[in-house]
Amino acid sequence: MSFFGFGQSVDVDILLNDADSRKRAEHKTEDGKKDKYFLFYDGETVSGKVSLALKNPNKRLEHQGIKVEFIGQIELYYDRGNHHEFVSLVKDLARPGEVTQSQAFDFEFTHVEKPYESYTGQNVKLRYFLRATISRRLNDVVKEMDIVVHTLSTYPELNSSIKMEVGIEDCLHIEFEYNKSKYHLKDVIVGKIYFLLVRIKIKHMEIDIIKRETTGTGPNVYHENDTIAKYEIMDGAPVRGESIPIRLFLAGYELTPTMRDINKKFSVRYYLNLVLIDEEERRYFKQQEVVLWRKGDIVRKSMSHQAAIASQRFEGTAPLGEARTPGQLSDGSSRQ
Amino acid sequence: MAETVADTRRLITKPQNLNDAYGPPSNFLDDVSNPQTVGVGRGRFTTYEIRVKTNLPIFKLKESTVRRKYSDFEWLRSELERESKVVVPPLPGKAFLRQLPFRGDDGIFDDNFIEERKQGLEQFINKVAGHPLAQNERCLHMFLQDEIIDKSYTPSKIRHA
Repeated sequence: MSFFGFGQSVDVDILLNDADSRKRAEHKTEDGKKDKYFLFYDGETVSGKVSLALKNPNKRLEHQGIKVEFIGQIELYYDRGNHHEFVSLVKDLARPGEVTQSQAFDFEFTHVEKPYESYTGQNVKLRYFLRATISRRLNDVVKEMDIVVHTLSTYPELNSSIKMEVGIEDCLHIEFEYNKSKYHLKDVIVGKIYFLLVRIKIKHMEIDIIKRETTGTGPNVYHENDTIAKYEIMDGAPVRGESIPIRLFLAGYELTPTMRDINKKFSVRYYLNLVLIDEEERRYFKQQEVVLWRKGDIVRKSMSHQAAIASQRFEGTAPLGEARTPGQLSDGSSRQ
Repeated sequence: MAETVADTRRLITKPQNLNDAYGPPSNFLDDVSNPQTVGVGRGRFTTYEIRVKTNLPIFKLKESTVRRKYSDFEWLRSELERESKVVVPPLPGKAFLRQLPFRGDDGIFDDNFIEERKQGLEQFINKVAGHPLAQNERCLHMFLQDEIIDKSYTPSKIRHA
């Protein structure tokens, strides 16, 4: 996004120092398109240059100051005027004066705190961006560059399974079990549904993943529910004693980590909805929250090309006796 | 790059009891059939035979047959709407126009009309009788299995036959 203002006499560009080595991540924009942005993590330094290219080399550019900002903000769609900035860093690049030739200004924001993950939702957007501003009397020249931030977690220490018995008295009793309560974004939901009593004519059963985005506080709370996935796990009528397995791969769906009360402005939570449908299209369901988290890749930070290759070789010769159940590893293991 | 392979093995389950696996499924069957028009002149009305066959324990009789008329179905519908939280499905139409005199056909005693109405009533009773919440209502059991509907009954919930 960039505003050139009146009489576009100058081209402003923001360039990152590690643009070649830094990974880019896909992120959905407000209108649903997917774009790639540079990926940053909490604590990483953001450094680069703001380059000014004069369109007409003979014309000088008078200005009231040049600065670059690093901003993290939350924007509620129903309240667009108010941006809630939770990170705001400024670096002055030039005092009021003149620019006589095209030039570049270096900047560095060291170890910037990026506490929340970038999120573009139905009613709220959380974004991080660099903004270069050339102040002028009539109107400023502004250039913005969005970046994407991911928040990473390690394997949770406690990750108990979800196991419950639910039903309708004398009609339908089931026991459902999901192997964990916290899943990472590329995880697999393994579970089962055990029928203790079936006195209705069931036609089929499915699992839905529901995303609930909550914005606003107090009396103005608004929940937006979105069914991300519907996955049929049983077709036909079960009888007492039958067990239906569940195996649902999360990597195929567009999911974000669970976000709880971000800056007291919004939450994004995920629920598994078990739905049984009978012959008369009646629906019986049980909703259960699951916590989603983002696991770091093996090569986490941007590394030089050689360092990246070296680490790949190391991973490739890992012993075959690796544990097959990541959920049972203790916290702080080398899985990161 | 060696990524940890997720454990996707099935969870441990109890083996199914063979009696459960091969036993008769819990079920019920509702039939609306055999319409008969009784009476003469202005007092005429049509009754329909309702047959229930079930092994669900909530029904007192495993097999039952009763005769009901359209207004009995209307009574059942209004009782269920009032007493239970069920969204009760609609009945086939009341056919006011057919009750007017000077029609070319037999009005509400026309064979085609009765056949259509019979099918609508069968759909209605199947939807209702299979509903777990409607099965708890005394009015439904009285409608399906009692000889006569006592309209001055006390509405109540049934737990187990």
